[in-house]
Amino acid sequence: MQFGLTETQRLLKNSAREFFATECPMAEVRRLMEIDGAYDASLWQKLAENGWTGIIFDEHDGGMGLGLVEMAVAAEEMGRALLPGPYFSTVFLAGALLNSLPQARGRLRAICEGRERATVALLEESARWDAEGVRTEAANGRVTGRKLFVPDASTAESLLCIARSGGDLAIGLVAGCRSSRNTAPFGRGSEALAEPRPEGAVLTLAMPAIDRTRQLYCVDFDRAEVEVLATGDEAQRALERALDIATVALAAEMVGGMQRVTEIAVEYCKTRKQFGKPIGQFQAVQHQCADMLLLTESSRSAAYYAAWALQEGAPDARTAVSVAKAYASDAYREAGNRGIQVHGGMGFTWENDLHLYYRRAKASEIAFGDAAFHRERIARMVIDG
Amino acid sequence: MDLNYTAEEQKFRDELRSWLESHVPKDWTGRKAAGHSMEEHFAYLRAWQKQVYDGGWAGVSWPQEYGGRGATLMEQVVFTEEMARVSAPPLANVLGLALIGPTIIAHGAAAQKERFLAKILSADEIWCQGFSEPNAGSDLAALRTEARRDGDHFMVNGQKVWTSYGWAADWCELVVRTDPAAPKHKGLTVLLVDMHSPGVEVRPLRQMTGESEFNEVFFHDVRVPAENVLGAVNDGWNVAIGTLMHERATLGAGLHIVYRRQFQRLVDIARSIDRNGSPASHDPVLRQKLAQVYAEIEIMRLNQMRSLSRISQGGAPGPEGSIQKLFWSELNQRFQQVAQEVLGPFAQLDKGSEFAFDDGQWAYSYLRARGNTIEAGTSEIQRNIIGHFVLGLPRSY
Repeated sequence: MQFGLTETQRLLKNSAREFFATECPMAEVRRLMEIDGAYDASLWQKLAENGWTGIIFDEHDGGMGLGLVEMAVAAEEMGRALLPGPYFSTVFLAGALLNSLPQARGRLRAICEGRERATVALLEESARWDAEGVRTEAANGRVTGRKLFVPDASTAESLLCIARSGGDLAIGLVAGCRSSRNTAPFGRGSEALAEPRPEGAVLTLAMPAIDRTRQLYCVDFDRAEVEVLATGDEAQRALERALDIATVALAAEMVGGMQRVTEIAVEYCKTRKQFGKPIGQFQAVQHQCADMLLLTESSRSAAYYAAWALQEGAPDARTAVSVAKAYASDAYREAGNRGIQVHGGMGFTWENDLHLYYRRAKASEIAFGDAAFHRERIARMVIDG
Repeated sequence: MDLNYTAEEQKFRDELRSWLESHVPKDWTGRKAAGHSMEEHFAYLRAWQKQVYDGGWAGVSWPQEYGGRGATLMEQVVFTEEMARVSAPPLANVLGLALIGPTIIAHGAAAQKERFLAKILSADEIWCQGFSEPNAGSDLAALRTEARRDGDHFMVNGQKVWTSYGWAADWCELVVRTDPAAPKHKGLTVLLVDMHSPGVEVRPLRQMTGESEFNEVFFHDVRVPAENVLGAVNDGWNVAIGTLMHERATLGAGLHIVYRRQFQRLVDIARSIDRNGSPASHDPVLRQKLAQVYAEIEIMRLNQMRSLSRISQGGAPGPEGSIQKLFWSELNQRFQQVAQEVLGPFAQLDKGSEFAFDDGQWAYSYLRARGNTIEAGTSEIQRNIIGHFVLGLPRSY
């Protein structure tokens, strides 16, 4: 039994850290977060050339064929770098969903090669993270319904739309979205939704939110052409699998963010002086840093265990996923709180990077279910049995 | 990263399981062998440890030459887990096994290892730690119990406090001041002291739970042979710190299994006890709290696995053990509070009350948990250690 990274995994971690430090420094994060979709084509090209877009997919499908622990390693470094744009939704969410459907795996090659971005449209007005809230209807090759909180929709060529088909759950593929899309200008949301559109059009409307590095959209389908990839139990199982994978990837990403926030705070506490001493010498400050480390390391244990359990198909894998996400959701926010607190006024400025992590922490806390959502999932598994 | 047990670890577990099946005493009820006094209870645990020793299972990761099994640290963990899984009685000589034995293995002279280690394993000699004093608690290095060199002996005078098992101990790992002129960390020495020596006086200290787990120990002109110095004279701080790191790293091993079993029991109670006309397990607020406790117990287990993996690859436990200590002690206090909320008015009922769940165990555990963030180094001291030794922040004291 060995709970630690292997030599190969450590090498992967180092090369990921180096890659993101070089290709996506904070200045680049700040530039991209002001752009629609936070997307940069040349960064995307480099991600693909270095294999990151195919990390968890079979070599047969054009990927690197690595496992979910390796996914967690990479995600952690991406979270540390605050990698902006559609990588997460393309690879860890939409990619994981396509990968869970044997008949759809052929579509992964375009993602691996960096030719295509994709996302999953799940939430609707009920804002539920399970498929029970889905009302969007797919019938006769057309899909109609309004999806909310769709990550990175403006840069996705393919939208995987979770819908109902004759009462059954269905996973539909709406392709070629980028060309037919109509992005409404900021502040004209409800008008744009009310305006008449050509039949089959997909309207994408920005939902400006707290984390600008990863943007959310309302996607309105009105009799859009759809290819149904799976229905019923198969669709349900594939969706659950993909959400579990994405949730673990997110938990690992959050660990990387927490780690970075802790480092920034500790560094500041060593150099900033008040009363003639580094503030890190005061226990009231020092103990905040100690707690940040405890939160980070505990989140790390939970995230890596969940990745391993999912990879191995351990009987407690789904509980492990919820333990990781429930804990990290509270921990990342709390680490952010303390990191900003020990910075005093500097921590509250736009120029300091901490608020970028603080914003990401909030968005990550919400994504794929917050702590309360996952605690209820744990309760169903361990109390109700 | 591979969390599957190796074939050897599995084989070890299987052998241990079958041994435990035929040897765990049937009259053990959990907390105590029913109806016994503290002394009888301890004699019972001592006899049990002797049996474990004779079976070849004491000191799993200790070298074979000192009576151990020479197995890996992971097998030691398996041992702790299996003992907890079958609710076996604890081993009597817990401080000798977990803390003092490993310190003697690390710092002891050959003759000391020969003299002391096997008797720790067999529980023929029970050990206690003489560390804290009335004016040296968190600031341990300020201790004042002094040892003056007198020919081939040291003459010891002073007082120790919070000495667990002091009343039962045959030997003590005692930290004393041998050079009052040196800076406080540089004038300390560790002595191995026979508790039956003339001049050693042990007085009970009653805890808020009503029990007397620990003692005050007084030393009046106690003569200790110079050959009983552990490590070097005036290098006692290094030796003592080694013991404390073992304490933080290993005291929590296996605790997650105890907590998990308590948690399962609490879930059973929650299913059966009424809350506003429905089972308490249906109450959305309690469900949230129970799930949080479950998650934290699980994370405690995982943190422990990571930390032990690191130690098994890199040698001695380091200051990261403070994270473990902080986590389990604060978790247990939250856990016991949730248990109180689930049990409602029944939570407060004490041992002996016929309406109490589990003979008052929950009221006891609630009170006992209060000590967790104080014993073995307060939470504040653990945060100082993490801040200074792990994060590299300037020392605050």
